[in-house]
Amino acid sequence: MVITGAPSESVTARKLTTAKAMVEAISQEMDRDPSIFVMGEDIGAYGGIFSSTSGLLEKFGPQRIMDTPISETAFMGLATGAAVEGMRPIVELMFVDFFGVCMDQIYNHMAKIHYESGGNVKVPVVLMTAVGGGYSDGAQHSQCLWGVFAHLPGMKVVVPSNPYDAKGLMISAIRDDNPVIYMFHKGVMGLPWMAKNPRSLGPVPEKPYEVPIGRAAVVRTGRDLTIVTLSLSVHHALDAADELASQGIDCEVIDLRSLVPLDREAVLESVAKTGRLLVVDEDYQSFGLTGEIAAVVAEKDPRLLKAPVSRLAMPDIPIPYSRTLEYAVLPTAERIAAAARLVMA
Amino acid sequence: MDNETRLGLYKTMVLSRSFEEAILRDYHADKKPVWDIGAGLIPGEMHLSSGQEPVAAGMCAHLTSNDAITATHRPHHFAIAHGMDLRLLAAEIFGRETGLGKGRGGHMHLFDPSIHFSCSGIIAEGYPPALGIAFAFQRQGKDSVVVAVTGEGAANQGAFHESLNLAALWKLPVVFVIEDNDWAISVPRDASTSIRSNAVRATSYGIRGTRIQDNSVEGVWDAAKTAVERARAGEGPSLIEVHTVRLWGHFEGDAQAYRSDLDSLIDPIPAYANQLESDGVLSREMIGSISQEAKMRVEDAIEFAKSSPLPSATEVDRYVFA
Repeated sequence: MVITGAPSESVTARKLTTAKAMVEAISQEMDRDPSIFVMGEDIGAYGGIFSSTSGLLEKFGPQRIMDTPISETAFMGLATGAAVEGMRPIVELMFVDFFGVCMDQIYNHMAKIHYESGGNVKVPVVLMTAVGGGYSDGAQHSQCLWGVFAHLPGMKVVVPSNPYDAKGLMISAIRDDNPVIYMFHKGVMGLPWMAKNPRSLGPVPEKPYEVPIGRAAVVRTGRDLTIVTLSLSVHHALDAADELASQGIDCEVIDLRSLVPLDREAVLESVAKTGRLLVVDEDYQSFGLTGEIAAVVAEKDPRLLKAPVSRLAMPDIPIPYSRTLEYAVLPTAERIAAAARLVMA
Repeated sequence: MDNETRLGLYKTMVLSRSFEEAILRDYHADKKPVWDIGAGLIPGEMHLSSGQEPVAAGMCAHLTSNDAITATHRPHHFAIAHGMDLRLLAAEIFGRETGLGKGRGGHMHLFDPSIHFSCSGIIAEGYPPALGIAFAFQRQGKDSVVVAVTGEGAANQGAFHESLNLAALWKLPVVFVIEDNDWAISVPRDASTSIRSNAVRATSYGIRGTRIQDNSVEGVWDAAKTAVERARAGEGPSLIEVHTVRLWGHFEGDAQAYRSDLDSLIDPIPAYANQLESDGVLSREMIGSISQEAKMRVEDAIEFAKSSPLPSATEVDRYVFA
């Protein structure tokens, strides 16, 4: 099995936060290609509410780094139109939860034009957006929703969990000729004003590099149980795996990194080895990622499994505000460990 | 306006009408005895633009193939006036592999990069992409412009208002066109819109707004000239609303029982022919020969479509991704 993902520290000593790795990717690509521009709400002087564009205005100026009015429909469509005419827009939707005010432009236009045109029109847009909860931002500012975008054909969906992938996936997304939605969890960005996982600071090579879209990473190898997850939950899963190791349970952790295309082979290869599958998702449970991953195994060969598939996802309720309530539904490390023990029981 | 221009406007309208008459004929030819919208050589919804030709002809007379159009679910008149290859258009409508979208799009989803033409089946949502096309033209240092078309029903959508504001703010080279055909499917304008003229809405966003009351192709031509020149010169967007007429149903099969104005509709094409005839620009003979020439081009396109292969079902997933 090939282990992909971040290089060891001997390869690169320099460490960046996920946010800074994203910005470096955008900046290096903008140096290379003058057709790239960035727009969105508060991505100029503010630098992006979650620091996804810090310093870009100072470097590239207001002709290429543009704050928009609060008009998501207008500027999502603007990105599509500009891409159709040969530019390579990067557009930020401040929170993915805001998709409701611009979904027609995303789904009926950006995602469908290439197909409807019989391949005659390309729409190379990067739509980056902040996802996830854990800091009491309530039901309209805490969702992940990648299942929604992965469900609808025509867009690639990438979800980095760490600084190395954040840079490489951003570069791949910018160079891709398709619309790519790039979903970054606030909790992996390494923001100074939010609780963060220590892995939100990590080694990042200075030179531009690509992380291929559609390739999962085995971020921990193990024999007993496969945990398939993505985004911030990768870190919770790794923390849980450390705890479980001391209890004699050896977990393999797969970071999907991309939902579209989905690396089904990586899931099957791991489950063939461990025989047990726990899928962890911060998105809602029903009709979502956890069911899709379970289907990957069920359709291929359910006999790979020594125990039934287990799912740990957000229950199908709006995300609550109160910390007590929110942490009653988030897939924390403790909850992952408990679910893993049940699979092994 | 010189005679050659007037004659050109007339010919454009006639070509568009001829095309739609042929589509109308073939659309209904094989849906009998029990009318089935999904049956026949041309399946699906069919929104024809007959009556609205003056808007397209008047606007497109000022454009070249370097300029862009974003049209609506009723796109044929703009496609034809902007110079779309009739064969590729017809083949797409017939769902053939040789069509603009290789049969993946259909008549509401026509994309022709060679003339920067696109359209959308979602009301008002063609405006936002028009902003981006205009933005790209501006950044690429071109003097090309974008004509963004909607109907009057679309002017009550958020996308319309967001787009006017952003185009004005960024001084984008867009001409917003509203085809007011009085009907949003079955809902009359009076029942949908709180003001009489959408030109007022343009003014409220700090851009020029004009309303043309009489479906006059020359009136459209005049207003379009100013708006296109301003956009080319970097003076920003304008809006032109044209009170036009929907001669036929919202879509084919629409019985239009809700409509009480059917007896009073004025077909703009014979009306313009009469005007040109009385001005000595057109003769009866010329009217016949223009019509004949249009029909020949149209029938060639229809024949091309009908004799083209259907797309292969084994390639249905091709073009989802680039």
